[in-house]
Amino acid sequence: MSMIDIRNISKWYGQFQVLTDCSTQVKQGEVVVVCGPSGSGKSTLIKCVNGLEPFQKGDVVVNGISVADAKTDLPKLRARVGMVFQHFELFPHMSIIGNLTIAQTKVLGRGADEARERGIKLLDRVGLKAHASKFPGELSGGQQQRVAIARALAMDPICMLFDEPTSALDPEMINEVLDVMVELAKEGMTMMVVTHEMGFARKVAHRVIFMDAGQIVEDATKEAFFGQPRSERAQQFLSKILQH
Amino acid sequence: MLGQLDFSVIAPGLPFIWEGLLFSLKLTVVAMVGGIFLGTLLALARISGGPALAAFATAYVNTMRSIPLLMVILWFFFLIPLFTGAPMGAEKSALITFTAFEAAYYSEIMRAGIQSVSKGQVNAGYALGMTYWQSMKIVVLPQAFRNMLPVLLTQTIILFQDTSLVYAIGAKDLLKAAEITGKNYNRPIEMYLFVALVYFAICFGLSMLVKHLQKRIAIVR
Ligand SMILES: Nc1ncnc2c1ncn2[C@@H]1O[C@H](COP(=O)(O)OP(=O)(O)O)[C@@H](O)[C@H]1O
Ligand SMILES: [Mg+2]
Repeated sequence: MSMIDIRNISKWYGQFQVLTDCSTQVKQGEVVVVCGPSGSGKSTLIKCVNGLEPFQKGDVVVNGISVADAKTDLPKLRARVGMVFQHFELFPHMSIIGNLTIAQTKVLGRGADEARERGIKLLDRVGLKAHASKFPGELSGGQQQRVAIARALAMDPICMLFDEPTSALDPEMINEVLDVMVELAKEGMTMMVVTHEMGFARKVAHRVIFMDAGQIVEDATKEAFFGQPRSERAQQFLSKILQH
Repeated sequence: MLGQLDFSVIAPGLPFIWEGLLFSLKLTVVAMVGGIFLGTLLALARISGGPALAAFATAYVNTMRSIPLLMVILWFFFLIPLFTGAPMGAEKSALITFTAFEAAYYSEIMRAGIQSVSKGQVNAGYALGMTYWQSMKIVVLPQAFRNMLPVLLTQTIILFQDTSLVYAIGAKDLLKAAEITGKNYNRPIEMYLFVALVYFAICFGLSMLVKHLQKRIAIVR
């Protein structure tokens, strides 16, 4: 069974169609990288997966639960789907440990001690235990993004969504974040990752999706994608970003 | 002329003036807390309420902001007895009027504050499984409040100065107390000078606090 099943979704902003009939599946334990030019709809697509963006047509089924179904308890579903954003989105008015525990206690109903213990454990895992009582503004971008990943993991997610997690980072901080993600992937976490880090894709992705103008133009195994993408647009895109 | 001033009347008048000041402060604090609470609800109704609720909140805010406070104070004080048959005490009437009136101004501030919190922050809350109210309470409002703290305090300084208007319905605030003492001792000028100083000291102190907060918030960001 697919963990994430995107079924023919289309989305419009007014007259402008941002997604056109997109379909793909992510199986349990699979890592799927989504790439494509800016404005092609990658963020929109990944936000449809946990219902942060509503869509007009189609459906997304996550672990058997329909996102489009009005009867679905979306907050409950989202609590189990981890999401990491381009700009980290740590809560600036809370300490690092506060960021890690707040949803555990308020959403999952865990006790304060249990949440804290789990939070500290995950901070340790991303190498930031010593920063528990600091505030997000006191950390570097790379550190903040690692905290954001730990925050998502604290909810014991069934899968993780990443929207360009390293594109707002200074180059020297990209690897510390990618390392955490690689480790996650190796542990078998189901991941859908919007990124242009082709090194990451080569290392851990099972499949690569290429989007352009709101459409999934290419959906191939990593080997096939890097071997020879079928579409011209994907070839052009690849040659452009691999030059860097 | 200044030589004729006799400030010795202030000391015996102090206990009475102190009571007036306490009421002015109480009115300020009640209208501030109640106004920020109601104002936040009004702001939420405008931002994320249904069309009917949003229209009501907008109409309320615009109406209150278009009428001079003094008229609201007088109207409320004189109209209520017409409906209830019994006059409401001037103090109680003032507390209700000020809360209702200030809610309109605080709501505009809170609305700007709520909108100052990025969509990304709200999404982060939702992505962690928070409901609308949880994300408001945990993510948005604390940041909105912090971002707007200097403006909220500035509004409160204005509110404190405006409390002197309850003088018109005979509520015993700082100004009224000064007037009464001034009359009793036949030294109105000295008393008015003295309370002017009290108003100034409090407002100046608060505005210093606002400046300090603005600097601190600028650092945090
Ligand atoms: N709220 C919005 N209203 C209107 N258009 C939007 C909105 N959000 C995104 N878009 C448009 O949708 C397209 C896809 O955006 P996005 O999914 O962010 O692309 P990507 O992540 O691939 O860069 C872009 O053309 C963008 O301008
Ligand atoms: Mg994007």
